[in-house]
Amino acid sequence: MTWGRSFARSLLAAAAAVPMIAGLMSATPAAAETTLRVVMHSDLKIVDPIWTTAYITRNHGYMIYDTLFAMDEKLNVTPQMVDSWKVSDDKLTYTFTLRDGLKWHDGAPVTAEDCIASIKRWGSKDSMGQKLMSFVAEMKAVDAKTFTMQLKEPYGLVLLSLAKPSSNVPFMMPKRVAETPGTEQISEYIGSGPFVFSKDEWKPGDKTVYTKFADYKPRSEPGSWAAGGKVAKVDRVEWISMPDHQTAVNALVAGEIDVLEAPPHDLLPILQGSDDVALLNTNPLGNQYMFRMNWLHPPFDNQKVRQAALAALSQEPFLQAVIGNPEYYKVCPAMFVCDTPFAFTEGGDKLLKSDFEKSKALLKEAGYDGTPVVLMHSTDLAVLTNLAPVAADLLKKGGFTVDMQSMDWQTLVSRRAKKEKPSEGGWNAFLTSWVAADILNPISAAGYNTGCDKAWFGWPCDAEMEKLRNAFATETDEAKQKDLAKQIQVRAMEIGTHAHVGQWYQPTAIRKDKVEGMLNGPAPFFWNISRKDG
Amino acid sequence: MIAFVARRLLATIPVLVMVALFVFLMLRLTPGDPAAIIAGDNATPIQIEEIRERLGLNDPLPTQLAIWAGKLLQGDLGESFFFKKKVTELILQRVEPTLALAASTMIVTLLVAVPLGVIAAYRQGGWIDRAVMGFSVAGFSIPVFVLGYLLIYVFAVELKWFPVQGYKSISAGLWPFLHRLILPSLTLSVIYIALIARITRASVIDVLGEDYIRTARAKGLTNRAVLVKHALRNAAVPIVTIIGIGIALLIGGVVVTESVYNIPGLGRLTVDAVLGRDYPTIQAVILVFSFVYVLINLLIDLSYTLLDPRIRY
Repeated sequence: MTWGRSFARSLLAAAAAVPMIAGLMSATPAAAETTLRVVMHSDLKIVDPIWTTAYITRNHGYMIYDTLFAMDEKLNVTPQMVDSWKVSDDKLTYTFTLRDGLKWHDGAPVTAEDCIASIKRWGSKDSMGQKLMSFVAEMKAVDAKTFTMQLKEPYGLVLLSLAKPSSNVPFMMPKRVAETPGTEQISEYIGSGPFVFSKDEWKPGDKTVYTKFADYKPRSEPGSWAAGGKVAKVDRVEWISMPDHQTAVNALVAGEIDVLEAPPHDLLPILQGSDDVALLNTNPLGNQYMFRMNWLHPPFDNQKVRQAALAALSQEPFLQAVIGNPEYYKVCPAMFVCDTPFAFTEGGDKLLKSDFEKSKALLKEAGYDGTPVVLMHSTDLAVLTNLAPVAADLLKKGGFTVDMQSMDWQTLVSRRAKKEKPSEGGWNAFLTSWVAADILNPISAAGYNTGCDKAWFGWPCDAEMEKLRNAFATETDEAKQKDLAKQIQVRAMEIGTHAHVGQWYQPTAIRKDKVEGMLNGPAPFFWNISRKDG
Repeated sequence: MIAFVARRLLATIPVLVMVALFVFLMLRLTPGDPAAIIAGDNATPIQIEEIRERLGLNDPLPTQLAIWAGKLLQGDLGESFFFKKKVTELILQRVEPTLALAASTMIVTLLVAVPLGVIAAYRQGGWIDRAVMGFSVAGFSIPVFVLGYLLIYVFAVELKWFPVQGYKSISAGLWPFLHRLILPSLTLSVIYIALIARITRASVIDVLGEDYIRTARAKGLTNRAVLVKHALRNAAVPIVTIIGIGIALLIGGVVVTESVYNIPGLGRLTVDAVLGRDYPTIQAVILVFSFVYVLINLLIDLSYTLLDPRIRY
């Protein structure tokens, strides 16, 4: 027998053996359970939603934890874990009673002590929580299900704070977990939410698995945003890590995943071309772009120069350059987001149209000497990449000298924390984006804090603005709160805390032949979703 | 021989120390602050500062280096800044997909590249030779990610023969394992096939001009015997050398291929760690890659003694 024949015979034998071995080695299929396969906007790295403000960790929080109060789609605050609550006539004592039958994932009952510890930990980290805690004299458990919150003086945002829908969300944790200092990450991941975190199956960079919590007691009301009944209709949710957008889009089209949380806008036409895929705008409030100026260094240490920048900028060019399709953006003068209770035109309308002549005149008045604006340009996130070049162009047309420096987003977020001069590693301006739910009022929106060193990056310093924000926080009358919010918007545009350069929307893509029932919300929620084929 | 191996293994220590020092300094001297990334986009400067303090990033560089080196000497690669998991655990979770991809790529490469190179040399100047060399140039020129997307589009999206992405462990069954590995291996092996086919061709052409080949032919040996027993064996040393050098190419290719095909291997871990400025993970992965590279080169050197009896250590 020749070498060639012998080789060919061996090859045939091997080929025949492969299916047999494959059959023998194939794992037995798991019992029929419904699984939702999802690609989120990023990989879950940190699992403590109080320790970080990262949105992916907030989304993880919504899977496994629950909140005392929640916001519905009309932006009303409604009880969630709380069954009933009352406030004393002097508005100094709030009493909260929990619903019956609430359990942690380890089977233990949720108690008032757990909630007090959770509020304290959240209040030590979150800016809105810190504000709330500055008004709290003490919190005390009355019985296993009831606790009181005693205030030093009336505070108008108690319920709004406890229903805060975005980072950091006041999630409830067992007392032993919530007693972890805010400076340390928790190491036990037990909540009372509709899904259980499957810690053993969590492979960072690969997948995160949640299973249905059989003992979860949903509210009887229908689900609406973060409020209402959180009914888990699938047994298992898998967040599959897929950093390459093109691969994720291909995987959705091929039916390998069911939901793609944030497909980039330039790939939407591919998804629109697929009969099996639907694009949902699950977050109708969308997101808002922000142009942030640094008050510490020239030229933006001068109010007139900041006003000149505001005169030069306008929203449409930013939105066209980044989003492109008008279906997914909106020119909106309201700093606290259009279609919300605090949506006003006053002051914010400056950004509807560039006025380069006015910008040049203001610069002349300010004695601007051509000091270059060091503008940080993020190059690696599709929804931010084109913002800085547009800002540079508009500022130049308005008479500014601009030094645009390109870097990846992670470098930018590191550099924006530096207070040094721009020539020594600092900066003058950068652009970012906010989820609308983060900026619905002047306390939760970081951009309006003008507490100098305590303010968000850019460190604006304005006593008048702080007075207005404090008045807003302590005001309990809704009409007066609205008036104060309007004054804050006008003041922000006058002193130039930042420019809101457009509202935009991020569609979520789903396999419409496989899943249904995805709720709207400030974050992607996975209760209420069911499989059509499950 | 044993003394040689011991010497070479000892020589890896200064190499790894230099790599460790270089990586440590490079990470700290380049822009980017893990604390700012961990804290998230909405964090306040105070929150970031708290995290910096907690992670020890405010300590002087020599202190940070001493702490890391101390742990390293005890075999502790540290804890990821992000995942609250030991880096060793993260690496172990990711080793299997990368090993599987590298091994399957190597198998495909050797099965294709060496015969192609030998045939091209044997038919030097003919159409087979030109075709192999043309493929080789194309293989070098086409970026791995372009080829990856192309294969996905044709074989996964259009023809639906293979899945678009993902990895299944061999414990889930042989066929699911192979089914997900075929496209990535093909993608990654193309550049490697191009490299090895060229070198094989050149080496075999060199050897075919030697006197002992003429003698072998004069003895009446068949062409196959001349090529396999005499030419290929004597051309093996440069081929094996280039396989060793190609390991570096393979490591680089794995990073891209794992991203395109969404394979949760060491390449993806490296990219994620770099983007997140997860210093302990980056340091550990680069140390592991360096050690593997040094080790493979040692094995290649040792294999010379088998291929060429004249070589003794």
